[in-house]
Amino acid sequence: MSFVPYALAVWIFLVGLYGIVTSRNLIHITVCVTVCQSATYVLLLAIGYRTKGTAPVFADIPTEGRRVVDPIVQSLTLTDIVVSVAVAALLLSFALKAFEHHRSLDPAEMELKG
Amino acid sequence: MSRQLRTGLFLVSALGLGALLVWGLVGLHSFGNYPGPYGDLISSLTKPQRHTANAVTAVVFDYRGFDTLGEELILFVSAGATAMLLRETREYDVSDIVDPVRSDATRAFGALAAIVLFVLGLNVVAHGALTPGGGFQGGVVLAAAFLTVFLAVEYHAFHRLAPAWFSEPLESVGVGSYLVYGLVALAIGGSYLENVLPYGTWGRLTSSGSIVLLSWASGLAVCGGFLVIFGEFAQENMAARHRRSK
Repeated sequence: MSFVPYALAVWIFLVGLYGIVTSRNLIHITVCVTVCQSATYVLLLAIGYRTKGTAPVFADIPTEGRRVVDPIVQSLTLTDIVVSVAVAALLLSFALKAFEHHRSLDPAEMELKG
Repeated sequence: MSRQLRTGLFLVSALGLGALLVWGLVGLHSFGNYPGPYGDLISSLTKPQRHTANAVTAVVFDYRGFDTLGEELILFVSAGATAMLLRETREYDVSDIVDPVRSDATRAFGALAAIVLFVLGLNVVAHGALTPGGGFQGGVVLAAAFLTVFLAVEYHAFHRLAPAWFSEPLESVGVGSYLVYGLVALAIGGSYLENVLPYGTWGRLTSSGSIVLLSWASGLAVCGGFLVIFGEFAQENMAARHRRSK
């Protein structure tokens, strides 16, 4: 069963992608983009995981002789989360402006003009 | 572009994506057997090299500090772009909007929760080098304290506590001090964002040199950036309510 977390990451990504492709609503698309991005958290943390490993924080555990998980993927994940929220906010403000302009959130109803 | 053409384009790219996914997954090691060596190297080096207990924070603000600068700039640009896109509603006078939170219990506990969250946020930023936490996590908690005021107390209280003239400079000072520290380190140590401050005693709040400083800088940047975003959307919400009430 050692592949299940990877399969989970792929599943989350594909669910988000399905949502993006089939969506008829810009706010729904933004949420789907966030779902897609959540797959990267699961994948990163799964890559760095080590069976029975503890967190790479040595405040009260010795540095030597401990099984710890990879700190690099954890740091990538934490900046990833903050950035995903900021980008979601930006996408939502785009959706708001698109609604003001077209009176609709359906991307299919928006005529793109150069 | 017609619907058929777009569907066809998607199917072709989906095939490519599927091939890439399978190719990438086949090459991964089995779950729970992280092979190293980079993570192990960092884990064994942070304490002797930087006097830092939390290896994750050491990676974020020291070993890969330059990447974090990029992340901060993404946040900065996103918050700035959100503020620019939603700037029209800033001129709305929302002082006559009736406050939606009526329950005294909600208001009282909301104010209490905001204070607790604020202290927790400061605590999380300050202890980033020692225990799980740091500028990013603490900054989000700090911004959440202000947002709790908006959700549970009233909009005008939130607006007074975190007006745009406060949150925008807060974010800029956070990102700016991160950039400026990098330049100072470049002048003193020879490379950008190098940890040139004294590392201090292991296990103290002031240990690990510039990691603590950069943690506070990014805490301010994240808190300010989120307050800008929250403020814009809250103002948008209030302006919509204002338009409806007319």
